[in-house]
Amino acid sequence: MTETFLRIQGLTKLFGSFAALSDISLTVFEGEFVCFLGPSGCGKTTLLRAIAGLDIQTQGTIEQDGKDISVLPPAQRDFGIVFQSYALFPNLTVEKNIAYGLESRRHQRVEIRKRVQELLTLVDLADQVEKYPAQLSGGQQQRVALARALATSPGLLLLDEPLSALDAKVRAHLRLEIKELQRRLKVTTIMVTHDQEEALTMADRIVVMNQGVIEQVGTPEEIYAQPATEFVAEFIGTMNLVPVQALPGSEYSGLGARFQVNHNELPAGSHAALAIRPEDVQIDQAGKAAGENTIQAKVDDLEYLGAFVRVTLVASGDQTRLQVDVSTNRFSELSLSAGSEVSIVLPPERILIYPRPD
Amino acid sequence: MRLFVVVIAAYLVVALALPLYAMLSKSMLDPDGLFIGLANYVAYFRTPALVYSIKNSLFVGVLTTLITVTIAFLLAYALTRSRMPAKPAFKTIAMIPILVPSLLPGIALIYLFGRQGLINGMLFGHDIYGPIGIIIAEVFFTLPHALIIITTALSIADARLYEAAISLRASRTRIFFTVTIPGVRYGLISAAFVVFTLAVTDFGAPKVIGGDFNVLATDIYKQVIGQQNFSMGAVVSVVLLIPAGLAFLVDRIVQKKQVALLSTRAVALVPSRHRRFDNLMLGYAIIVSVFIVGMISVCQYAALVKFYPYDLSLGFTNYQFDLMDGGGWDSYFNSIEMATYTAVFGTVLVFCGAYLVEKAQGLGVVRGAFQFLAMLPMAVPGLVLGLAYIFFFNSPTNPLNFLYHTMAILVISTITHFYTVSHLTATTALKQMDAQFESVAASLKQPFYRTFFRVTIPVCTPAILDISIYLFVNAMTTVSAVVFLYSPHTTLASVAVLNMDDAGDIAPAAAMGMMIFYTAAGVKILHYLLSRGIEAKTQAWRSAVPT
Ligand SMILES: Nc1ncnc2c1ncn2[C@@H]1O[C@H](COP(=O)(O)OP(=O)(O)OP(=O)(O)O)[C@@H](O)[C@H]1O
Ligand SMILES: [Mg+2]
Repeated sequence: MTETFLRIQGLTKLFGSFAALSDISLTVFEGEFVCFLGPSGCGKTTLLRAIAGLDIQTQGTIEQDGKDISVLPPAQRDFGIVFQSYALFPNLTVEKNIAYGLESRRHQRVEIRKRVQELLTLVDLADQVEKYPAQLSGGQQQRVALARALATSPGLLLLDEPLSALDAKVRAHLRLEIKELQRRLKVTTIMVTHDQEEALTMADRIVVMNQGVIEQVGTPEEIYAQPATEFVAEFIGTMNLVPVQALPGSEYSGLGARFQVNHNELPAGSHAALAIRPEDVQIDQAGKAAGENTIQAKVDDLEYLGAFVRVTLVASGDQTRLQVDVSTNRFSELSLSAGSEVSIVLPPERILIYPRPD
Repeated sequence: MRLFVVVIAAYLVVALALPLYAMLSKSMLDPDGLFIGLANYVAYFRTPALVYSIKNSLFVGVLTTLITVTIAFLLAYALTRSRMPAKPAFKTIAMIPILVPSLLPGIALIYLFGRQGLINGMLFGHDIYGPIGIIIAEVFFTLPHALIIITTALSIADARLYEAAISLRASRTRIFFTVTIPGVRYGLISAAFVVFTLAVTDFGAPKVIGGDFNVLATDIYKQVIGQQNFSMGAVVSVVLLIPAGLAFLVDRIVQKKQVALLSTRAVALVPSRHRRFDNLMLGYAIIVSVFIVGMISVCQYAALVKFYPYDLSLGFTNYQFDLMDGGGWDSYFNSIEMATYTAVFGTVLVFCGAYLVEKAQGLGVVRGAFQFLAMLPMAVPGLVLGLAYIFFFNSPTNPLNFLYHTMAILVISTITHFYTVSHLTATTALKQMDAQFESVAASLKQPFYRTFFRVTIPVCTPAILDISIYLFVNAMTTVSAVVFLYSPHTTLASVAVLNMDDAGDIAPAAAMGMMIFYTAAGVKILHYLLSRGIEAKTQAWRSAVPT
């Protein structure tokens, strides 16, 4: 897993004067499953298409398997691709669609049939050979597209939002299936998505993008627990973000109080955002908790979410709203309701600080 | 791929842009070829007889537009909003005029209302030769074009609007004026401009039945064929380009808005039964059909009667074309040959052109120019294009001069003249396909032409057939695009109709016109059967029901 498979350096793509990608550098390892994640329009598809050679970048280089492929046309690269629309050939049967990439490569007929059978079994569609795409359900079409992309055993599999056209249930099922398939075939895979749950459950590593630049690259755990920038912190999961100001020492003022953090590299007086996840905030009845990083607050709203309750609080100091997740058990222990007074603790080791421009 | 784009763009430049340029410059030369600026135009506007034609053309255009759009709207209304019986039959009958040269309704009118016409008493002493005849003939000729546009506009209406209006207790009249008319306004405007352009630029009807009533189109013909005054012909052509170009521009703008209406999701309107209204509409549709079938039948009768009005027995004497001026039976077979070439080469050219422009990457400027050139023929009347070809291809300095007076130049001018509609048909079909096919194929290391042949062409077969039939039928019936370009060995059936009529052989002209009609109709029927067969075979995937 440590062999470099794809090396992207200084990639920039301009549409007119608009930079859809600016100076992207990224390394993908052999056999890895990487997700490009980011809000709509951040350049995920553009980056994927540059890797495929479908839209050549304005600047920068791409190396695949040790070869410089920066300016090669798609036909001379080594990848299989699945589009959001699947792009199945409507006038060809499932079998012909899957065999499409095999036919002109001087494969024997029998050989092709065998390979197609193999793939159909792989994606669990062995009984659908003679059907046309329009006769298949969305999930089945998706699997045909996947089989077609895998038919030529490409070194790299590219998926552009392959699941977004499906309903929630099929999507969850296919998520597992694709991941499982990828693990079995050990094919290096890059998937574009704007669904963070998809990225968190499927990817070995996630590339979080925003406005044409990479914000962070990391494993799902890293991305969730140690977001590198305020954008990532806000984009992934739920996060309380509070404006604060650095004080001398490892202290910040905000929420009408002072907070101790573990590290502080910011000079006193500079502005920053304090970030903490709802599940990391400790909550207790008013007056019970004491010591550093404790503030008083009032319950404003309760949202019952099954295993836990999301409590919306208003800090007594400056009326900032905070969200805190409380397990259902703990919740009944505390017997909270709207209007209850509480004490909350923001543990220093859970607090993240992001500098903000003044 | 890029090379092909450039090649096809070059075709349009050579077959369209350069000839038009040659014509423009010719209009500024004196007969000896010296540049004299706008002097020809000044001379033109100082000749009252010529300027009078502008007024006549506009008069014919406006009146035809009013009448045709009204008739077409009512018929379209009957076809879409009533539950009258036999709608397919009425629709088919209304399309008949597309299958005949515009000379034919003129000939029918001569037999009906001419000096010895079957029912000339019905004109109460008015002369059919002149504006009355031209306008009736133009209405006949333009009706199907207007009907297609307005029917489309009426059939995209949203049933929910009507339900809303009814629930607000609006009266039928009020609904008609507040829902129906606004819903089809773009269709009506578009139809009006198409009809106006056709009527103003048509040359067949005024030639046959115009008498002394001169219009711009006949002026061009007279200047070129009669007086051999090519410069003045070019000047009139430029003048004729103005209304046609304007109408074309407005139509393009309106079409875009119509498309915007189309893309909203509408619930189809199913008309409910109203006996009186349905019967009224049925009566109306019958009247229109009698008019159309009547005109065609009169022509057929004229073709079969031995010597009208003295010997009314029937026979095939008028079909002895070889005894007449106009090229004889050869012109009929030439026409079929020309139409076949046009259909085959035209379809290949148009479809490949549309494909390449849709799919090729980069080359922004070339593609933009291509799109513009592909739309331009719609705004160029056939006579103008033909005249431009004389200037361009007949010039001794042109290396393409060898094409002049060949079958090839007829095919080229016909393809070019009917390029726009074919191009739009192809583009629409191509746009309906997934944009990623080529990317997938590239990732599977398949050359683009393989996907083109295995996927694009099969999927677009219906559109390809439509284009080829459109080109064939129009190549059979067109007069204006070829009348300046045929040679003694490439005479054509439609031109033969013109020349026999000119020589006073009206009955043989009618006979030849009917030959064109039967051929075009036969091809249409063949197309219908063929496309049903092909659809069953290659389009099985279309009707597939999702499981
Ligand atoms: N051909 C193009 N011409 C001009 N701008 C483009 C073109 N293609 C993409 N862009 C712009 O580049 C930016 C990135 O587009 P891209 O398709 O990569 O976004 P994305 O991250 O895939 O978004 P989504 O999640 O909506 O698919 C967008 O702002 C888009 O408008
Ligand atoms: Mg995208």
